[in-house]
Amino acid sequence: MKPFVRVLEGVGSTVQLMVRAAYFLPTLPRQFGRFIDQCYLIGYTTLPIVAILSFFIGSVLALQAGYAAQNLGPKQFIGLLVGLSMARELAPVMVAVLLAGRVGSAIAAELASMKVYQEIDALETMNIPPVRMLVMPRLVAVVVMMPVLTIIADLVGWFGGAIVAKYTDFIAIEPASYFATMRQYMDFGDVMNGLVKAEAFGFVVVLVCCNIGLNTRGGPREIGAAVTRAVVTSLIIILVLDYFVTKALS
Amino acid sequence: MSESTHTTNPFSAVQTPAVGVKIQHLSKSFGTVEVLKDVSFEVQPGEIFVLMGPSGSGKSVLLKHIVGLELPTSGQVLVDGKDAAAEETREQVRMALVFQAGALFNSLSVYDNLALYPREHRVGKESEIREKVMRALQILSLDNAAAKFPSELSGGMRKRVAIARALVMEPQLMLYDEPTSELDPVMSATIAEIIATLKEEYHVTSIVVSHDRDLTLAIGERVGILMGGKLLFLGNGAELRAPKDPKIADFLSPKIDVKNPRFRQLET
Repeated sequence: MKPFVRVLEGVGSTVQLMVRAAYFLPTLPRQFGRFIDQCYLIGYTTLPIVAILSFFIGSVLALQAGYAAQNLGPKQFIGLLVGLSMARELAPVMVAVLLAGRVGSAIAAELASMKVYQEIDALETMNIPPVRMLVMPRLVAVVVMMPVLTIIADLVGWFGGAIVAKYTDFIAIEPASYFATMRQYMDFGDVMNGLVKAEAFGFVVVLVCCNIGLNTRGGPREIGAAVTRAVVTSLIIILVLDYFVTKALS
Repeated sequence: MSESTHTTNPFSAVQTPAVGVKIQHLSKSFGTVEVLKDVSFEVQPGEIFVLMGPSGSGKSVLLKHIVGLELPTSGQVLVDGKDAAAEETREQVRMALVFQAGALFNSLSVYDNLALYPREHRVGKESEIREKVMRALQILSLDNAAAKFPSELSGGMRKRVAIARALVMEPQLMLYDEPTSELDPVMSATIAEIIATLKEEYHVTSIVVSHDRDLTLAIGERVGILMGGKLLFLGNGAELRAPKDPKIADFLSPKIDVKNPRFRQLET
């Protein structure tokens, strides 16, 4: 019973945090510097790892599809398979998982440490709402940066697939043919589908990590526990949410 | 020490009425543990009130009630006649709490730590904020520390920066949580002098939580002693020097008895 109550408490406090962050949204111009800092952290510093992983995910997809196509049929559909898989599923999920591991853990650690070392209390005594200064700019930044990261992941993944498709002996299809099937059978709706997912995942990951950080109690040991909890919870939420968002969008 | 019912702003010299604090039958429990038990006392506008007591007696919890960080289980805390738990009180009365460990923002420089409050509350242009911050640093003899980060400061400097940050808020009520803990005797005396000077020059109502007997006797105009969550003593320095309660006498001047050590009598 206790874990169930704890989950409900967590959901309740996360929703409360979201409402409070929305309340402070009009103060964004005052927090513009912090918003830019967070865009830099979420976007720019995450970009290299997103690019590397997307490239190889696209490559592996093309390789596996090529392997299957050896016996099954037309190889030109490899482009479509990589294109759709990246756009609708793999890019948003991969970016969200990276966000949870790289940014979510950092957010949880920073806020938990601020809570444990009374910096959050200090803000409250200064009549500066911590949500306005620490949560709202992060949420806006993730909403802005997630589509950018996801589109880059899509493009790099497609490109990785195209290179593998061209230079692998048993596939050997030209990029023109690879991208032609992609253009023919995919539309902007497929990309949008992925972007909607990415927005949902990114927003929830940052919200959950902020909430866990801000509700940390105890000593320095709890900071590590908060980070673990934030990352594990985020990963579970991404996969559960993926199913429901996919169902809702299909 | 001179009495005044008006607090002087250290930056503009504008005077505002000093605020008082009234604790009425305050009790606080965390789960089944009762930390504060029916505590009542009053702090007069413009005075330095020192709250003493052994570790774990509820002093810091009481301080958190005054700034509204904790809500009473029962009873009431009034600051300038207003409920301390109400959010409006924090907007109407400028209160500053100097935390035991400083609670400086580690990601910000000393300058930005001090500038945070005026920037967030938009109390002036950046040039005015700069002037105010540098003046606060000057008052605390920290002129050369502006560009440093909290991790580069000594314990004493951190405490002084925390006091300077509180000063920038132009407080009507200053609260100090163990301001001399972990400091050497000279630095402890320096902090005590700072608290007394701020009171003397700006007439800020000050509540100091401490178990430093020397600091209490040197600057405390009135003293309260909390033990086990109860207020066992309320009086002035002279009364504190000759306590009637043996528990308080033992707390103030504990005798070291190696043959019958206290830790063997402590509850586990």
